[in-house]
Parts: sequence; C-alpha cells; structure tokens
Amino acid sequence: MSDMKKIATRDSYGATLVELGKIDKRIVVMDADLAGSTKSGMFGKEFPDRFFNCGIAEENMIGVAAGLSTMGLIPFVSTFAMFAVCRPYEQIRNSVGYPHLNVKICASHGGISVGADGASHQCCEDFALMRTIPQMLVMCPSDDIEARQMVKAAYKYNGPVYIRLARAATPVYHDENYQFEVGKGEIVSDGSDVAIIANGIVLPEVVKAAEILKAEGISARVINMGTIKPIDKDLVIAAAKECGKIITVEEHTIIGGLGEAVCSVLAENYPAPVKRLGINDVYGYSAEAEELMQAFGLCADNISATAKDFVKR
Amino acid sequence: MTHDDKKKLELFALTMREDILKSTTAAGSGHPGGSLSAADYIAYLYEKEMRYDAKNPKLETRDRFVLSKGHAAPALYAALAHEGFFPVEDLMTLRKSTSHLQGHPCMNTTPGVDMSTGSLGQGISAAVGMAKGAKILNLDVNVYCLNGDGEIAEGEVWEAMMFAAHYKLDNLCVAVDVNGLQIDGKTSDVMNTEPLDKKFEAFGARVIKADGHNFDEIEKALNFFHENKNSGQPTVILLKTIKGKGVSFMENAVGWHGKAAKPAECDKALAELEEARKKILEA
Repeated sequence: MSDMKKIATRDSYGATLVELGKIDKRIVVMDADLAGSTKSGMFGKEFPDRFFNCGIAEENMIGVAAGLSTMGLIPFVSTFAMFAVCRPYEQIRNSVGYPHLNVKICASHGGISVGADGASHQCCEDFALMRTIPQMLVMCPSDDIEARQMVKAAYKYNGPVYIRLARAATPVYHDENYQFEVGKGEIVSDGSDVAIIANGIVLPEVVKAAEILKAEGISARVINMGTIKPIDKDLVIAAAKECGKIITVEEHTIIGGLGEAVCSVLAENYPAPVKRLGINDVYGYSAEAEELMQAFGLCADNISATAKDFVKR
Repeated sequence: MTHDDKKKLELFALTMREDILKSTTAAGSGHPGGSLSAADYIAYLYEKEMRYDAKNPKLETRDRFVLSKGHAAPALYAALAHEGFFPVEDLMTLRKSTSHLQGHPCMNTTPGVDMSTGSLGQGISAAVGMAKGAKILNLDVNVYCLNGDGEIAEGEVWEAMMFAAHYKLDNLCVAVDVNGLQIDGKTSDVMNTEPLDKKFEAFGARVIKADGHNFDEIEKALNFFHENKNSGQPTVILLKTIKGKGVSFMENAVGWHGKAAKPAECDKALAELEEARKKILEA
C-alpha cells in the first residue's frame, strides 16, 4: 500500500465539482472562507459566476443553499466538518432536511486526522448528527476513486446529502473499474473468521491489518461501508452469518456512527458480537495526524491485535 | 390607492383575521397575536403586490414569499386559501393530523408555501438564497420575507443581511413586523433589538418605516422597494404594528402570543370583527 499513489479526497471533490460544473449549469458552490482548504475553490476558479463565498457564517450558508435549491439550482456547500455540521445542525435539520431540499453538504477535515489544529477542529460527531436527519444520505469515501464517484452520486440524487472528505492524502487502493453505488458496501477482501467494517481514510489501515492477520492464520473479511446511511443491511447480516464476529473501525466517536449503525442492524436482525474501534467518548488534541491515528488505535497494528484477541475469545 | 381598492383590501384582511381566529380556536392552539399583527401586510402582498398564479403554485417566474416568523402561519394560510391556492374549508383543519396545514408552514404539504419555516432566523437565509438564485438565473423575481421583531435577536438574521448587501440583492424585500412583544414580554425588556433602522442601515439595507395597518403606508413602502431595484441594496420595511390587531382584548397583550381563543372568546372577537366589517362597508 505504501507504493500506491496518494490523493486527499478533498482534491477529488474539487476536481469532480469542476467536471460536473461543465455539464450542468445548475450547479452552484458555496464556501465559508475555507475554499482553499476544502478545494471548493477549484470550482470557483473555473466558474466564478456560480461560486460564492458566504464568509464565516455557516448557519446562513445552509439557509442560502436551501433557498437556492428551491429555485432549481443544485448547491454544493463546503467548509470544515465541524462548521458544516455541528455549527448549523439545526439549519440543516429544519431548512434542508425537513423540506427535503436538494442540497449537498460536502465537508472536509472530518475526524482526528485534522491533526495539529486540535480538538476544536477535529469533528468526530458528523456521522452521528447527520444520521438523525430523516432521508439524509450520509457517505464517506475511502479514496480518490470512490470520492469522485460519490460526489457524482450525490449530484444525481434528488435530496439532501452529506459527504465527509479528508484533509490528508491517502492511498488510492481502488482501480478505475470500481463502481460505487449509494447504500451498497463493498467486500474489499474476503475472509471468514472475522469481518472488519470500516470507511474513510482508515480503510487502507484495515486492509493492512487483514494482511497481518492473514500471516497469522486469521482470515478477515474487509468491508468498505462508504454509505453510512442508508447502511447496506444485507452485507452486514451476511458478514455476521458467515464470519461470526464483527469489528467496526471509524475515525469518529463510537457513539452514533458507523459502529452503532452496524450494531443496530445486527441487534434487530442477527445478533452477533461486535467490537467498535473509534474515538471513545473523549476529545482529540493537537498532534500530527499520523500520531493521532496511532494514539486512537486507528492503525493496522491495533486493528489486527484487536481482531486477534476478539477471534480467540 | 382608490377608495374601492382600499375597501377591498380592508375586507380581505378582515376575512383573514376571522379565519385566523376561527382556525386557531378550532385547533385549540396556535399563535393568534402575531398572525393578527401581520395580517394587513400579508393581505397587501397577496392582493396587490406579488406576481403568482394560484393554479400553478410552482411557476418558476412567480414572486416568492417567505414567512420567516413561521408561527404566523394562520395568516399566511388564510391569504393563500382566499387567493385560491386551496379550498377555504381546509383552514378549519389547521394543526389536525390529517391536514396539510401544519402548525408552522410546510412547503411540501401546502400549495403556495414557498419555504418551510418556523425555527426563527432561518427563513430570511432561504429568502436570501432565493434572491441570489433569481439573479443567477436571470429571473425577474422579487423575494419578500417577513420577520418578527423578537426574531431579529437571532444572529442568523444578521448573517443573512450581510450576505444580501454583499451580493447586492436588490430584489429582496425584508419586512419586520415590529409589534414590540414576544413570548416572555416586551421585546424591549426581553432583548432590546432597537434601533432597528440604524442596525439594518449599518448592514447595508435601504430602510423605510410604515404603519403596518395602513394600506397607503404599506403601498408607499413597497413602492420604495421598487424604486430601490437596481440600487444594489436590499430593502427593509419596518412595520409598526399592534400584536392582536383588530380584537380589543388581544391587542398589545403578551398572553395572546401562543394561545388560541376559547370558543366563547372567539365568538366575542368575531362579533367585534363583524362590527368592523359594517363600518368598512359603510365607509
């Protein structure tokens, strides 16, 4: 995986916006003073008439997006996940979700990999908050290839969408033939002793963990769950039936995110033991992204060690 | 404005007031006070000002109205029903489980509602988005937004005004229903939002004051908006109003913000409005 090309999914986002902007004039893009970081600025450079900055006023940005969508435009709004989701949660709930408007919220800088900016900017609650909004699609790509397809899928879907993008450049492990489908997970590599379900930039670490486990004689199924809501129930249930035990790995609080979404499916359909890896009811802190991923156990070593333990039990 | 025009408006607003009272009493809840203070302005918008087709409520080129003070929904619903967006009988189903008339406006259930509102401060951002959208699409569309003076305490209102001025949204007309009262008391006691004219001017709007119960003044204010088009500035109309206007025991009374009249009280209020109707017809 170390020899793979690395691209940050925020770059994939910016490039795909430009691509979509060329084919559909209804697309408009807004940012709240972070266009350089979220890469929405790439669209702005290409289509200055359809890009506008809202300043540091995210609540208004969400409402303006709602208004634009009622006019038949397709607004994509971007800023850091903390300010795209946590700050204007109620605006998203009441002005976008409730009227089911065609607004795409694409946030960069989700999770602890934000790094040195510290806890105030490390948004580990976005999946949980967005999952509670009825009919909101919640997605998180694991690499460049998936991010590009996800942004296009969001464009095609008529309704509210949330996508979390990452700041850090991560390995592009999918090839061009990969086909992302909303609400469908992907078996990245098959296995039968344990299933590890993850998404986002931790996925390459999970793939590495599976390789470590394989060398130790443990067969792990790796599932990429790009859509957190609606979650691919069939894939989760099949994993429990065929592998017996499930581990979830997310760069998110283990409260309300991917892990709990998986647990809900299993509790109601096919109870099975689950171990959730993620941020466990604490805040992050300033450090290099890599250090934080290690410290919070979102790395191949910890994932594989956890799996080994869990399988033995 | 001709004598007949004014008479027609007064009768329309009076009918709206009757429906505000009847529908909230039938529902057993709702917000009569702020609906009655906003009734005359909303009546003028739908009778004289806005371009729309009630039979084609989604017409792309229609003017938009956003009731940012969404709790005045009974006033909006009465206007929409009497303009033919849906049957007048529906008004008596307000807030009932089978009704399309939600406690606060819902654009997906009620024909003619341009934006779902109710959470204060949010409607104005949507209105701003509509005005910006009309500019992007090169549509000759005016966007009208009505806020409450208590609502003005929401920071989002000022974010929206900043945006409207920055992007030169002169197709946006924001009115504030300055009735001076909110749930917990006088606006000046709960959280003083004055001086509204200076605040809105400082945020880049052209501001005019009007008596919100005087159709000549409302017309003058809306003409001011039309004169401002192409000025590159949004317009703000500060409507001086009386909460509970038209019903003696509701006027300027804090208690009637979010409480429906009991049937006997409603009858008393309707009798007062009947007297007012006679006076209008005799005038």
